[in-house]
Amino acid sequence: MSLFLAKRFLTFIATLLGATIVTFLALEILPGDPALVILGINAPESAVEVLHIKLGLDRPPLERYLEWVGDLARGRFGESYTYGVSVDELLRARLTITLPLAFMSMVLSVAAALVLGLFAASRHNRAGDISVMGFSQLGISVPNFWLALLLVLFFAVNLRWFSAGGFPGWDESVWRSIKALILPAIALATVQGAILARFTRSAVLETMREDYVRTARAKGLTRRATLWRHVLRNAMIPVITIMGLQFANLLAGTIVVENVFSLPGIGRLILQSISNRDVVVVRDLVILLAAVVVIINFIVDLLYAVIDPRLKASDI
Amino acid sequence: MDQSQGFFARGFRHRSFVTGGILTALLVGVAALSVVWTPYNPTKINIRGRLAGPTAEHWLGTDQFGRDILSIIMSGAQNSITVGVVAVSIGILFGVSLGLLASARRGWIEELVMRLSDFMFAFPAILLAIMLVATIGPGAVNAIVAIGIFSVPIFARLTRGAGNVVWAREFVLAARSAGKGRFRITIEHVLPNIISVIVVQATIQFALAILAEAALSYLGIGSQPPTPSWGRMLSEAQTMIFINPMLAVYPGIAIAVSVLGLNLLGDGLRDIIDPRLVRKR
Repeated sequence: MSLFLAKRFLTFIATLLGATIVTFLALEILPGDPALVILGINAPESAVEVLHIKLGLDRPPLERYLEWVGDLARGRFGESYTYGVSVDELLRARLTITLPLAFMSMVLSVAAALVLGLFAASRHNRAGDISVMGFSQLGISVPNFWLALLLVLFFAVNLRWFSAGGFPGWDESVWRSIKALILPAIALATVQGAILARFTRSAVLETMREDYVRTARAKGLTRRATLWRHVLRNAMIPVITIMGLQFANLLAGTIVVENVFSLPGIGRLILQSISNRDVVVVRDLVILLAAVVVIINFIVDLLYAVIDPRLKASDI
Repeated sequence: MDQSQGFFARGFRHRSFVTGGILTALLVGVAALSVVWTPYNPTKINIRGRLAGPTAEHWLGTDQFGRDILSIIMSGAQNSITVGVVAVSIGILFGVSLGLLASARRGWIEELVMRLSDFMFAFPAILLAIMLVATIGPGAVNAIVAIGIFSVPIFARLTRGAGNVVWAREFVLAARSAGKGRFRITIEHVLPNIISVIVVQATIQFALAILAEAALSYLGIGSQPPTPSWGRMLSEAQTMIFINPMLAVYPGIAIAVSVLGLNLLGDGLRDIIDPRLVRKR
């Protein structure tokens, strides 16, 4: 196990290093001078030069790259050009929106997927199965931002149950803040849940054909007890893999959906920073998101061993 | 299912293949029709007739500039198909080549290709697409290239996996003992045997490309005006949502129907090409 952990840790570091190189190179060729964006196009030459030195843009790229990676390794983030505050300060405010949103949609999608997937599998090839699969096919095909718009149309414009966007802030009102996240979470969860439900269904169907399931039934366990105690636990392995892989998509989804609802979260911050040419914010955020995705996949690998004790480290 | 039946006989009985085929044909048909004919010029502005509801002249009404919605949606199909074709071609060209190379050479080349695709999987694709587009500037071409790059590792993995299976078969051994080189075996034996898997994946990637382009255009970094694009129609419609809510409905239906059609077609193709899998579903 420790060898496995060491190997995974090395891959983790290598992936993140690769990510820093790609991100830095991409931003290095980014057209537009950050100094000109901050000062305006008509800024005097001397002022631009002073700002260049202040931002460190006069130094060679390699030096700036090493400095950035060194700061990251020590857990230090840079300072935003446009907001004038450090990136971790920006992050702290934004995470209070993006994290609950991601968490809510994850819980919603997993709950829906497990219920629907189990239901479809237990009604294999009957009307219930076919309609669940039909709906999930539809769910996969719908763009999440359009679903978000439809939810706004129905629940905010017609029924007036929710506001069409914006975020009141947790200090202002906890209940209204949660309410502001419900529609975005549903929009995100539908697509994820539709994909997960399909995998849950086929994993359950696969497991139900195993010998130990027949044994469990033969020794007198009820259908329901077999399903919960034997089938679901074994079917969870492929489902959890997909959940881990889907997490990257969930993060990407929040970028788009936060923009539909004008939620001031990480997704909106990234998009705004890119249009503001705020290189420092963009590069730190990209690395952060990549790190989150890699860590989640690492946890998924560890979960295998928890769910299925038969798996030894050598198998993973 | 009777194994002796031909591809088409099996295909016509397969529900999702037929549905998907019809929807995809509809998408292609509308795009082709819009090249030669649309009810109105999709870029023609008519301020006096703006935001009209559905009428006999304008079946789906007009937008905030008085442009005919039906015409814009029809031309938007061209945009979606272009995006899909180019993005998938990029993915196949580079991904399949890398995958074939990896399974033909094995060793460190295979390791390198696989690690590179692992690396690309670690990023949320749309995030890097946004970054790439922001780097080289917004625009349809850049968005398409960005979307295409992210299908490269998917095709590379798929090709390498399927290719390795073929390389282990007896007929490849026979071909090797007959003195054929790796390149010839790849072209003559490996590629023909894995083409069906690639076609199925290409259909799915096509659908994903349409979704990704719509998202990028919605965020304002995909297709630029005046090129009609379903994603941008949605972002324009959002500002009108209290005035004419139906504007936010039609383009979404167009996207969903196209993506649904391609997904069903892909699923159906997979079942028909490999009937053994049907039992598992």
